[in-house]
Amino acid sequence: MYYSQFLSHVCMPHAVLLQPTKSWSSSKSNAGTKVGHCSKVPRNVNLEKLRSGYLFPEISRHEAEHLQKNPDESLIRLGIGDTTHPIPDTITLAMAEHVHGLSTIQGYRGYGAEQGNMALRKAIAGKFYQDMGIEADEIFVSDGAQCDISRLQLLLGPNVTVAVQDPSFPAYIDSSVVVGQAGELEEETGKYGNIIYMNCGPENNFFPDLSATPRTDIIFFCSPNNPTGHAASRQQLKQLVEFARANGSIIVYDSAYAVYIRDESPKSIFEIPGAREVAIEISSFSKFAGFTGVRLGWTVVPEELKYSNGFPVIKDFNRIVCTCFNGASNIAQAGGLACLSTDGYQALCKVIGYYMENAKILVDGFKSVDLKVYGGKNAPYIWVHFPGLNSWNVFGEILQKTNIVTVPGRGFGPAGEEYIRISAFGQREHILEASRRLQFYL
Amino acid sequence: MSLANNLSTSMFSSSSSAFLAPTSFNASRTRSVSVPLKSLNIVKCVATPQEQQIAYKTKVSRNANIAKLQAGYLFPEVARRRAAHLLKYPNAQVISLGIGDTTEPIPDVITSAMAKKSHALSTLEGYSGYGAEQGEKAVRAALASTFYGNLGIEEDDIFVSDGAKCDISRLQVVFGSNVTMAVQDPSYPAYVDSSVIMGQTGQFQKDVEKYANIEYMRCTPENGFFPDLSTVARTDIIFFCSPNNPTGAAATREQLTRLVQFAKDNGSIIVYDSAYALYMSDENPRSIFEIPGAKEVAIETASFSKYAGFTGVRLGWTVVPKQLLFSDGFPVAKDFNRIVCTCFNGASNISQAGGLACLSPEGFEAMQEVIGFYKENTKIIVETFKSLGFKVYGGQNAPYVWVHFPGRNSWDVFSEILEKTHIVTTPGSGFGPGGEGFIRVSAFGHRENVLEACRRFKQLYN
Repeated sequence: MYYSQFLSHVCMPHAVLLQPTKSWSSSKSNAGTKVGHCSKVPRNVNLEKLRSGYLFPEISRHEAEHLQKNPDESLIRLGIGDTTHPIPDTITLAMAEHVHGLSTIQGYRGYGAEQGNMALRKAIAGKFYQDMGIEADEIFVSDGAQCDISRLQLLLGPNVTVAVQDPSFPAYIDSSVVVGQAGELEEETGKYGNIIYMNCGPENNFFPDLSATPRTDIIFFCSPNNPTGHAASRQQLKQLVEFARANGSIIVYDSAYAVYIRDESPKSIFEIPGAREVAIEISSFSKFAGFTGVRLGWTVVPEELKYSNGFPVIKDFNRIVCTCFNGASNIAQAGGLACLSTDGYQALCKVIGYYMENAKILVDGFKSVDLKVYGGKNAPYIWVHFPGLNSWNVFGEILQKTNIVTVPGRGFGPAGEEYIRISAFGQREHILEASRRLQFYL
Repeated sequence: MSLANNLSTSMFSSSSSAFLAPTSFNASRTRSVSVPLKSLNIVKCVATPQEQQIAYKTKVSRNANIAKLQAGYLFPEVARRRAAHLLKYPNAQVISLGIGDTTEPIPDVITSAMAKKSHALSTLEGYSGYGAEQGEKAVRAALASTFYGNLGIEEDDIFVSDGAKCDISRLQVVFGSNVTMAVQDPSYPAYVDSSVIMGQTGQFQKDVEKYANIEYMRCTPENGFFPDLSTVARTDIIFFCSPNNPTGAAATREQLTRLVQFAKDNGSIIVYDSAYALYMSDENPRSIFEIPGAKEVAIETASFSKYAGFTGVRLGWTVVPKQLLFSDGFPVAKDFNRIVCTCFNGASNISQAGGLACLSPEGFEAMQEVIGFYKENTKIIVETFKSLGFKVYGGQNAPYVWVHFPGRNSWDVFSEILEKTHIVTTPGSGFGPGGEGFIRVSAFGHRENVLEACRRFKQLYN
């Protein structure tokens, strides 16, 4: 995962710079040494602390390389959690209608409120936060959870301490490094010095031992979890909220996969009493509505959430949203509204059901070859254990031998070592084929 | 009025750990834990009233950088005043020439492409999920050939985004807190505000209305709205917008050559905002990369907002040439790419489909027509103010008219215009101390509204 690279611009001799290779750069730039102008602007030291590219473009790169070497193989992508099912008509029709409206005097819309269309904010409140006391003006519509995570980091600033689950969605750690919270990377452990890593594995039912967890200002918590698929129980979340309250911490709760929950696990942190004073919730239409390319999500910042000096967090978040952002696309928002209509929601639940059937097929397949499998029940991810093995090696082997792209667990943190994440997004025949190949190979 | 819309309205001092709340903070709340309504006083921590002692607070410190900001972002503030005015005069025909918001419908050729993409997302063959974070290849290629043909800017130097405002913040994240920056004064407020948020600045200095650590490059009629570079201190980053928002000034080739040389001599990086390039009437450069050597010193950001009426659709782009290097030789583009991959997930694929159509011959022609329409509006506004004896700037190369009100406080003039003519403008001081004494009038609007506005201006100032 470390790519020693090429930089031979001769304005400043420099040791080998570790950086991700990108297909454009390796072929184009840098033909021979170049004596060029260097600015005197220092590189942001925080970015230097990132050791490689962001995880998912790295997976894409491996995929592309494999395809180049094996152009005739039928590659099956169960790596990046990219949705594959077409968006139900009722939703795309709403977007098309809105678009046609933009060509008319009555239907034209310019700048929208940076916080999002009020109708959409109300619909989100009504659909997901009914009876939890979350109101429309505590909801900020965005172009997706990944973007919101970074905006939250900009909000919180470099002087807060952060805890993440281990393993976890890489954007929490990476954004923390970028903003300057994370400290130095300790090569031996693969952990950043200032980040608290809360181990989540089968041995602790994928919930951290909070009694052994030091206090941090911020706690990132994702449930249902990417990558492990675990949905925290009500009891576990009560503990988490109590822990946050006792420590005066803020939970950033990622509920992007809430609609995949099949059992009684809470879908929102705000189902837990007291959460409004300690938590922010982020969510997304990506995996809910196949909007991975359309770009729509939201963040809930309750009015009760206060900094230590009593200042409401929501005011500063609003300022960030108004200054660093200009609202989600009004077309995506029109689609979002349709997603939350009765018809739209029903149609989407069918798609989610489809993906979860995929998950079951994959889970059954792995179980049938006696592998320990987690997740796949409340999330579209399956977390497969390969005891004693290096996950990047397993990733490579699976890719080589079965032409299936997965994600090595190590990409999600040190505790992801020995695991592989398989996503359940895909066309049924590909999922069945993948399951066949995996059972055969494994 | 929603809480969130009220949130940016409080003007508060950054020097205190003031306990602040907008006046309607808890207007509709029925929950028992409440924040008492307070006007904008400085609250000492010593004697807190009973109610505040009950309200739970986390132990997380507020980001001191955000606390430095003096007020809400400029445009929501203007919007708030507009809304307040409408409450006062519910039957007033308010005309908005404040926030530069496009008003004319998007040409069919562009919207049909977006509708087509929307429909395609419902089909197996047409469905697409995550796109490349840097943008779709076709869009990048079209941008390169449309705007940078012959300038040596390649497709992979271009990063498609959801707009220039967002890109400005992403660039700030790339640069980090340990760089210094220079802005024009006056300038588009996002440069300064994002700099404050990133922690690059010191406190706001009330006497001069500037943030410490930012180099403000005064641009006035006297210096032709181009800073006297011999008096400008070296900074790492220089934000430069041309055609300029708010003054409408377009830098000449000669001026930009000097700017590039200045950046080269100082080892600085120019962030060149070209969002209004297509409004240029004169023969000035439309891209910084028309200046030799610029690729080694400049980033260019641009937007479809004011070209295609995409203010709500959200699409823009940033060019980071491969030749642009940090002091240690590391390419800026690599770090920008990393930020784009980590802090962003690509512009909406539907917006990008629209963007591609904008860059087709038919689409581009249609865009030019809409731009021409707004330019005609601009002309009408310029003529109106000139006929009234005002010193008027801009309007020739940008959809903004910069009107001088010598000796007057611009927020006062703003209020007076709003009160007496029901026209929303933007007070020049919102763009920096160099904007004091000026009003920005935008030229976006339906023709009849622009004509009506001009009638009212004539009435007021005759």
